[in-house]
Amino acid sequence: MIETLKNTIDYLSTPTISFTLITAIFPFVFPPTDWFDRINRKLRIDKLWTNTGGLIQFILITGFFVLGYQDPNFKIILMKGDNFPIVLMVYSMAFFTWYAMKKSYINDARLDEGKKPMEYHDPEDKVLVWPDLVYIEFICLILFMVFLIVWSILVPAPLEEPANPAATPNPSKAPWYFLGLQEMLVYFDPWLAGVIFPTLIIVGMCAIPYVDINKKGDGYYSFKERRVGYFIFMYGWVVLWVYLIIIGTFFRGPNWNFFGPFEYWDPHKLEVLNNVNLSEYFWVIGLGQPLPSNILLRESVGFLVTGIYLFVVPVLLAKTVLKKMYEAYGPTRYTFLMILGLSMLSLPIKMYLRWFFNLKYIIGIPEWFFNI
Amino acid sequence: MPEDKKKESLLDKVGNSPVWKSIFRSGVPRTRRQRMYAVLGNVFLHLHPARLPRHAVKVGYTWCMGGLSFFLFVVLTITGILLMFYYRPTVEYAFTDIIDLGEQVPLGIMREIHRWGAHCMVLTTWLHMLRVFMTGSYKPPREFNWAVGVILMTLTLLLSFTGYLLPWDQLAIWAVTVGTNMARATPFLGSEGPGASLLAIGDINLIHSASDVRFALLAGRFVGEATLLRFYVLHCIAVPFIAMIFMAVHFWRIRKDGGISGPL
Repeated sequence: MIETLKNTIDYLSTPTISFTLITAIFPFVFPPTDWFDRINRKLRIDKLWTNTGGLIQFILITGFFVLGYQDPNFKIILMKGDNFPIVLMVYSMAFFTWYAMKKSYINDARLDEGKKPMEYHDPEDKVLVWPDLVYIEFICLILFMVFLIVWSILVPAPLEEPANPAATPNPSKAPWYFLGLQEMLVYFDPWLAGVIFPTLIIVGMCAIPYVDINKKGDGYYSFKERRVGYFIFMYGWVVLWVYLIIIGTFFRGPNWNFFGPFEYWDPHKLEVLNNVNLSEYFWVIGLGQPLPSNILLRESVGFLVTGIYLFVVPVLLAKTVLKKMYEAYGPTRYTFLMILGLSMLSLPIKMYLRWFFNLKYIIGIPEWFFNI
Repeated sequence: MPEDKKKESLLDKVGNSPVWKSIFRSGVPRTRRQRMYAVLGNVFLHLHPARLPRHAVKVGYTWCMGGLSFFLFVVLTITGILLMFYYRPTVEYAFTDIIDLGEQVPLGIMREIHRWGAHCMVLTTWLHMLRVFMTGSYKPPREFNWAVGVILMTLTLLLSFTGYLLPWDQLAIWAVTVGTNMARATPFLGSEGPGASLLAIGDINLIHSASDVRFALLAGRFVGEATLLRFYVLHCIAVPFIAMIFMAVHFWRIRKDGGISGPL
C-alpha cells in the first residue's frame, strides 16, 4: 500500500507530469478570467483559502514530509542541514499564500457588498508608534530571535570535507535559492539560463509597477480587482521559481538526472540523450540532405522561428486578440510587456519541445557559443 | 503638589533626571505629546512617523517581514563581526578556523546563527516581496521603491552567495564553482559567451579565460586562494556597504512616498 503510494508519487513528480499538472491546474486555482472563475467556484476550489482548506494543505505537506522521513532514500536528502530552509520555504510559502488569498477573498466579498476593505480605518483615527508599533516590533524580534537561537543550538551548521578542487561531487549544486536557475540549464545554455534570464527576471520584477496599469487594489488584499496580475505573478513565482527550486533540491541526483523522492540516487542511472537540433530536423530528417556548411544557412530555420516568435507574434497579437490591451498600454509598455512575457513563456515552451520532440537547440551554433 | 511628589515612581525619577533627559529628551513617555516626541527625538525610531493609520500596526497586514529582514541584517552584521575575530580567509586556515569556531570558541553558536539567519533573510525578503505584491503596495507613488526593493533582494542573494565560499569545504567551493561558471557564458564579456570572439584585434582575442567576467569574479581561472580573499571582501565590506545605501533609500522613500500603503 505504502509502496504503491510512493511509486505513484515518484511517477507524478517527474517534471513532465508534475509541471504539466501544475500548469494545467494553475488557472483554475488563480482564475484570471470569468470563465475560469466560474469553474473555480463550481468545483469549490476557492474553498482552498478557508481555514479547512488551509488545514488540508498543511496536512498534505506534513504528510509528504513524514512519509519522506520514513523512507531511507528521501531521509538522506531531507536531513541535509542546508535543505531545512527549503522545508521552511515550502511551509512559509504555502502558509502566506493561503493567508493572503484568504484575506483577498474576504475583502472581495466585502467589496461586493459595497463595503470598504477590512484594512480601512477612519484616516483621523491614528495610533501612536510609541508604544503601539514599537511594542509589536519588539515582540516580533524577540520571538524570531528565540526561534533562531533554538534552531542554532539544535542543528549545527553543516560543514563537509575540506575543499578539494580535484574531487568534484556528483551532483554539484549551486546554493538552494539559485537551483531554479540551475534547473533551467537543462533546457537552456548558460548564457541564457545563467545570464540573460536572471537579468530579465531582475529587470522584469523592477518593471512590474510600471507595466501594471491597473490602478485598483492599492493597499489592501484583493483578488477580484487584480486577478490577471495575481495569476501572472503567482505563476512566475510559484511554478517557475519555487517549484523549480524544489525539483532542483529534492529530485535532482547524480549527473543531474531526475529521481523521484523515494528513489535511490543511483550514480549509474542511464538517461538516453538523443536530443536533436532543429537544423538537423529540417535538413537531415525533413529534406534528406546533409547539413549545409554555411552556419547561417544551416540555422536559417531556427533564426526564422525565433524571429517570428519575438517580432511577428507580438505584432499579430496587437492587431488581433490583444488589440484592446495594446491600445490601453501604448506601444512602449506593450513592447516591454511582450519581451518579458515571451521570455518567461519560452521556458515552458522549450521544456515541452524537449520532452515531446527531443529538441536540443532551436538555433544551434556551438561555434559561436550561440545556442537557443 | 506635595501629594504628587510622593507618587513619583523610580522610573519617573530616572526619567526626569538630567542625564536621562539629556539622552532621551522626552522624559518618560506618558502623555500623547511625550510619546510622539519620543519617536521624533530618537534617531532610530524616527524611521517611523509619530502616528500611523490603524491597519499599519497589524501583523496580519504587514507580516512584519520587511522589519524582520532588516533585523536579520543587523543580527548577521553583529554575528559576522564576531566571526571575523576568529576567521582568516586563506586556504591554509579558513577550514580549520571554521572547525575551531564550533569546538574552541566558548558558546560557539555564532556561525549557526549566522548561517541559519542568512537562510532566513533570503526567505523573509521573498515573503516581504510577496506581501507587497499581494497588497498592491507597489502601485504609484511607490513604483520606484519597489524597484529599490528588488535590488535589495538581489543584494541579499549576493551576500548569501559570497558567504557560501568562506567555510572552504566541498559544499562551498563547488557551489561557488557551479554558480560562477555561468559568468563564463556572459554575452561578449565571457570567454565562452556568444559574441566574445568578435572582441578581437586581428588574431588576438581580447576576451579569453584569463580576462573575462568570470576571471574578474574569481581573481583566477578557478576557485582558489585569491577567490577566497575576493569573496571575503565582497561579503564583509563591499556588498553590505552597497546594501546599506540602498536600504537607506528604501526606508527614506517609504516615508516620502506617503508612508505605509493602505486603502483610501
